[in-house]
Amino acid sequence: MSLAVAGGRHLQALLGSLGRLARSPLATFLTLLVIALALALPTALRLFVTNAQAATGNFANAIDLSVFLKTDVALVKAQQLAQAAQRRHDVASVTLIPADKGLEDFRTYSGFGDALVALKENPLPHVLHVRPRPEDSSAASLEALRGYFTAWPEVDLVQVDSEWVMRFNAILEVLRRLLLIAAALLGVGVLAVVGNTIRLEIGARRAEIEVTKLVGGSNAFVRRPFLYTGVLYGLGGALLAWGIIAITVAVLGEPVATLARLYGSRFLLLGPSTTDIGILLGAGAVLGWLGAWISAARHLRSIEPRA
Amino acid sequence: MIVFERVSKRYANGREALNNVSFNIHTGEMVFLTGRSGAGKSTVLKLIALLERPTRGAVVIAGRNTQTLKARHIAAFRRRVGVVFQDHKLLADRPVYDNVALPLAVAATPLKEIDRRVRAALDQVGLLGKERVLPLELSVGEQQRVGIARAVVSKPPLLIADEPTGNLDPDLSLEVMRLFRRFQDVGVTVVIASHDQALVREFGQRVIVLENGQVQGGDAADPLPSMLAYR
Repeated sequence: MSLAVAGGRHLQALLGSLGRLARSPLATFLTLLVIALALALPTALRLFVTNAQAATGNFANAIDLSVFLKTDVALVKAQQLAQAAQRRHDVASVTLIPADKGLEDFRTYSGFGDALVALKENPLPHVLHVRPRPEDSSAASLEALRGYFTAWPEVDLVQVDSEWVMRFNAILEVLRRLLLIAAALLGVGVLAVVGNTIRLEIGARRAEIEVTKLVGGSNAFVRRPFLYTGVLYGLGGALLAWGIIAITVAVLGEPVATLARLYGSRFLLLGPSTTDIGILLGAGAVLGWLGAWISAARHLRSIEPRA
Repeated sequence: MIVFERVSKRYANGREALNNVSFNIHTGEMVFLTGRSGAGKSTVLKLIALLERPTRGAVVIAGRNTQTLKARHIAAFRRRVGVVFQDHKLLADRPVYDNVALPLAVAATPLKEIDRRVRAALDQVGLLGKERVLPLELSVGEQQRVGIARAVVSKPPLLIADEPTGNLDPDLSLEVMRLFRRFQDVGVTVVIASHDQALVREFGQRVIVLENGQVQGGDAADPLPSMLAYR
C-alpha cells in the first residue's frame, strides 16, 4: 500500500466518522458535553494554581530580609552598609529606610500619629530591606544571608519574612496534587464515556461490520472508523472545554481585576496559555483514541460473519 | 483448487452437518452442490469461505489448509474468495456503488482503480447506471446481481454461491446461472449450492450430491451435455 493510498484510506475513514457524528447532532453534542466537562475541570484547577502563583508572584519569589541596625548607628554608616550589601552577588536589591522615614510612615499608617508627636526622639533604627535574587531564595541561602548580616557589629536583628511564603507554597503544592488526582480520575471518566459510546455504535453497525469482515476486511480496517470517531469525540470535547474555560475567564476577569485593585494590585486574570491548550487538546485526542481502541478491541472481536 | 479430505463438521449444538466428506474441485471447474435442505450444502460453502472450520479432516483451498491458517491471515484469505448469498447480505443504507466497492476498499485499492472495476463489474451483471440507487429500490433479481458484482469485483480466483437463485423465478434463475458460466469461461472456479435439481441438470456441469452430510454416488459424476451448456 503506497503512502498516498494509505492517506486516502485514512481521510475516507475520518470523513465517514465525521459524517456519522453530524447525522445525530444532539446525541453527539451530549457526549461531547460530558467529555468537555470532565476535561474542563482539571484545566480550570490548573488555571487556578497558575493564577494564584501569578497573583502572589511578586512576593512569593522574593523573600525579604529586614535588617534592623542598632539605634546608635549613623545614617551615613547605614548608607555604607547598604552599598556593601548591594555588592553581594546573591542580593538583588537593598532599600535603606532611614529612621526618620520609618517614623513618618509609622505616623501616617499606624493611627498613633498624635501619641508619637509626644516622643522627644525617634525610637526607630535605620532598617535595610534586603531582597535576595530569586535563584538564591532557598532556605539554605537565606540562612547564609542572615548569618552574613548578623555578623556585622552594627546589626541588632535580622528578620526573615519567609514563613507565610512557605505556607502559601505548601498550599499550592496540595492543590497541584489535587489537580493530578482529579485529572487522572476524570481522564478515566473520559475513557469510559468514549468507550461506551463506541460500544453502542459498534452494536448499531453490526451488520455492516459482519459484511465487511465477510468480504475480507481486516480487523484494522474495521476498527479504523471507530478510532477516528473516538479521536473526534476527544478532540471535540477538548475544544468545547476550551470554550467553557474561555467563557469562565471572560466572566471572572472584571470582578477579579476589581478585587485585585482593592488590594492595591494590578493583577489581571490569566487565560490558558498555548501550552495549557496544547495539553488539553492533546489529552482529549489521546483519551478519545484510547477509549475507542479499548472498546473496539473488546467488542469487534465478538462480531464474526455468519452465513 | 478445493480439496475436502475426510471432512466432518459438528456444530456446537451437537448437530452433525458433515460426516466424512471427501471431494476435489479443480481450478476453472464449475460445480453444483445439491441435496435437500439440511444435507450439508451450506456447511460445505461455509468451510470453503472460512466462516467455519472443520471438526475433523482437512479443507485445503488453493494449497492452503484452512485449519492451520492464522487468524491474522483470514481477512486476506477471504479477499480471494467471492461469496454470493441467497439473502445478498447487501448494506441497505449504502448505494449500489458502495456495496460493490467494499471488497476493493478493504483491500486498499486506489480510488481510480475502484471506480474502473466497480463499473466493469456492474456492466458484467447488466446494472451499469444504477450506481447511486439503494439496494431496496431494486428488484430481487437486481439485488442478487449486485451481490454477484460484489463477489467478482476483486477478481477472485474462486467464486461460491449459496442458493443464488433461491428467490428468483425460472427466467431470472437461468439468467443468473448464465452469468456464473461467463465467469467460469474466464477461468474462475465456481461452486454453486442449489436445491433446484431441474436447473442444475439443465446446465450439465459436474454435480456433487449431498445427503445427510455425506456425498452420494462418488464425487466424479460426469457432466451431462445439455442444450444450454453449448449456447
